[in-house]
Amino acid sequence: MAVAFDEMNGPGGELREAYQELSRWLGETPSDVLTYRRQEAELLFRRIGITFAVYGDADAQERLIPFDVIPRILSAREWAKLELGLKQRTRALNMFLRDIYHGREVLRAGIVPDDLIFQNPVFRPEMNGQAVPHDVYVHIAGIDIVRVDDEDFYVLEDNARTPSGVSYMLDNREIMMRLFPDLFARHRIAPVERYPDELLSTLRSVAPNHASSEPTVALLTPGIYNSAYYEHSFLADKLGVELVEGRDLLVKNDEVFMRTTEGLKRVDVIYRRLDDDFLDPLTFRTDSVLGVPGLMSAYRAGNVTLANAVGTGIADDKAVYSYMPDIVKFYLGEEPILKNVPTWRCREPGDLAYVLDHLSELVVKEVHGSGGYGMLIGPAATKATIEAFRDKLKREPEGFIAQPTLSLSTCPTCTDSGLAPRHVDLRPFVLTGRDRTTIVPGGLTRVALKEGSLVVNSSQGGGTKDTWILDE
Amino acid sequence: MLSRTAENLFWLARYVERAEYLARTIDATLRVTALPHAYVGQGNEWDSALLTAGVSASFYSLYEEANEANVVEFLSFSPANPSSIRNCIENARLNSRAVRTALTGEMWGTINGAWIELQESWSKGTKTREQLTAFTRFVQETSLRFDGSAYRTMLRNDAYWFSRLGVHLERADNTARILDVKYHLLLPEQEHVGGPLDYYQWSSILRSVSAQTAYHWVYRQTLKPWLIADLLILNDSLPRSLASCYGDLVRNLDQIGVAYGRQGPAQRHARGVRNRLEHSNMEDIFQRGLHEFIQEFIADNSRLGEIVTKQYLI
Repeated sequence: MAVAFDEMNGPGGELREAYQELSRWLGETPSDVLTYRRQEAELLFRRIGITFAVYGDADAQERLIPFDVIPRILSAREWAKLELGLKQRTRALNMFLRDIYHGREVLRAGIVPDDLIFQNPVFRPEMNGQAVPHDVYVHIAGIDIVRVDDEDFYVLEDNARTPSGVSYMLDNREIMMRLFPDLFARHRIAPVERYPDELLSTLRSVAPNHASSEPTVALLTPGIYNSAYYEHSFLADKLGVELVEGRDLLVKNDEVFMRTTEGLKRVDVIYRRLDDDFLDPLTFRTDSVLGVPGLMSAYRAGNVTLANAVGTGIADDKAVYSYMPDIVKFYLGEEPILKNVPTWRCREPGDLAYVLDHLSELVVKEVHGSGGYGMLIGPAATKATIEAFRDKLKREPEGFIAQPTLSLSTCPTCTDSGLAPRHVDLRPFVLTGRDRTTIVPGGLTRVALKEGSLVVNSSQGGGTKDTWILDE
Repeated sequence: MLSRTAENLFWLARYVERAEYLARTIDATLRVTALPHAYVGQGNEWDSALLTAGVSASFYSLYEEANEANVVEFLSFSPANPSSIRNCIENARLNSRAVRTALTGEMWGTINGAWIELQESWSKGTKTREQLTAFTRFVQETSLRFDGSAYRTMLRNDAYWFSRLGVHLERADNTARILDVKYHLLLPEQEHVGGPLDYYQWSSILRSVSAQTAYHWVYRQTLKPWLIADLLILNDSLPRSLASCYGDLVRNLDQIGVAYGRQGPAQRHARGVRNRLEHSNMEDIFQRGLHEFIQEFIADNSRLGEIVTKQYLI
């Protein structure tokens, strides 16, 4: 693989503009100061209790995500382009969802094949013809972005269900400001702290039309054993809304209430961090004890807003992903600003043949997988793993897509042997309310801490960095 | 606020208070058992520590004999004892995690920090008496910090009041349990048959409610068992007395009643218990029987817990 594009030291080894001050500072700062700050940061994270859980790992019910103290920096110009692209993409996602559950013009126009939608387990027939308040489906999107050069941003995944990670964006910034006040003073960095306010106004703006002018918002969590529970409680706290579990809610006459010390209280908007499958045992999985019986009937009656809407999974499905450039053009009549990673759809025989011939060069992903599980990274895989994947692909080709192994950009990162380049991605958070779309300048940068590794997922040894967007 | 949140706050406070009480019980017992028998008699102090902690039955289902090693292990660390100090701190943290949004950063920091220290420094229990006293000090300091940060940082709203209810209900229960086990040492002059042997028992009772100094300030006398009973039961100014706990319970329930615009059975019941304490004097109590009085109180107190739960927490 070619040497990756480094965001500090560009292709020819020349220092890139956005990193000039950081580079100067790194030159002046003795390495033991960095080591000391790293330890301090870890202590802070542990004290605050910023943890996540790894499923299937009994020993580590709560674990810290490693935090790298070297910030990742984007210039104002880069951000401006990214912002435009993200807004465009989110607009298209919302229009696509509205269309899929109503007129289905995109299918009739032959842009997306019917069976990809109708035979997809994340398609929700319950949402057919169902109006959602203000036609917003994806209120919160966490769109994963990668880059391979100075020019382009690629979308790796459109996370349109219950994307997580925004608490790290906020906490990382807090901790960096505590540890490196001096470095902050030497930059003009766009603040991220208004994210909770923006989120709250977004959620309030999409309350059902007949809700009171002071709608009640609640955040629905699966509970303390969920891997992202810290984030749920963190956000509820910052938003000043109740953090509810399914058992705190009940539905009466198609209206949703929470049980409080003063009796029942009406709820208008639910920011749910619970998957569709678990929302309502009367409609979806009957064995779910995390959800609220009758919630879907209140939703269908238009008495409560769910954010994100039910059924958004059909828009971030990895097989649908490959059609996104056409979807953007179809609804907006514009060229997509953000690129798609070229994708082979294994459901198509020609693509499958190519993929089978080039397994050792490609990344193969499960269509419905997430979290970096169940994927093959060809160049890093053993022969045996590749052969195992070949069998899987032949057995169930429609379950997979394949992409070229992108040489993700790198950023300088603290390692045991000093600063070294490590691969990164970026997840900015796009908020869509009744009449506007907002993106707080920043996001979650994930970094693959192992040398050469391209997997940035926190469940698989990835870490995070603070992401700085420079003001003009 | 959510009923579940109120419930978690209430229990969180109870667990912290209970952990501290157990630590003080261990401390006080250590001191008595360090004295020669000539001063304190032959009774098994570790056995009575189990009784005041209310875990005697579960202890004897596991152990033959109540000695220092067994009882300290059981009260402090044993996973088999649901109200061991370790389990109290773990439960407190579990409750805190569930209601993080209702806690201030300082309160969460205290509980989370204690939980981390429990794992890092105390996962193997204690080997020596020095370690044991360091451990009990750690537990008491955790409780003080928790209480202090609640007092200094929480908004004065229902979250605060429910957490206070937990503290005072648990505290009243703890003081009453000591009295229940030791009442025979506290009978009035004419019935009192003990000799100098009992002096160190009396001072141990005071120590287990952190009231050795308070006693002297209030009564300005040498230790008299009936005055110790008076201090622990009726004295309004001692924070761990039954009267003082009920003053606090009534006040906090009233605050909740005012904020919610209505009173209920919990307010009435608490007021009833407080009035009974207010209108009692030690002479009457001794006459009617100290032990009966205490047992009645314990039943009333646990009844209040049930009523609060029914009225607000479910």
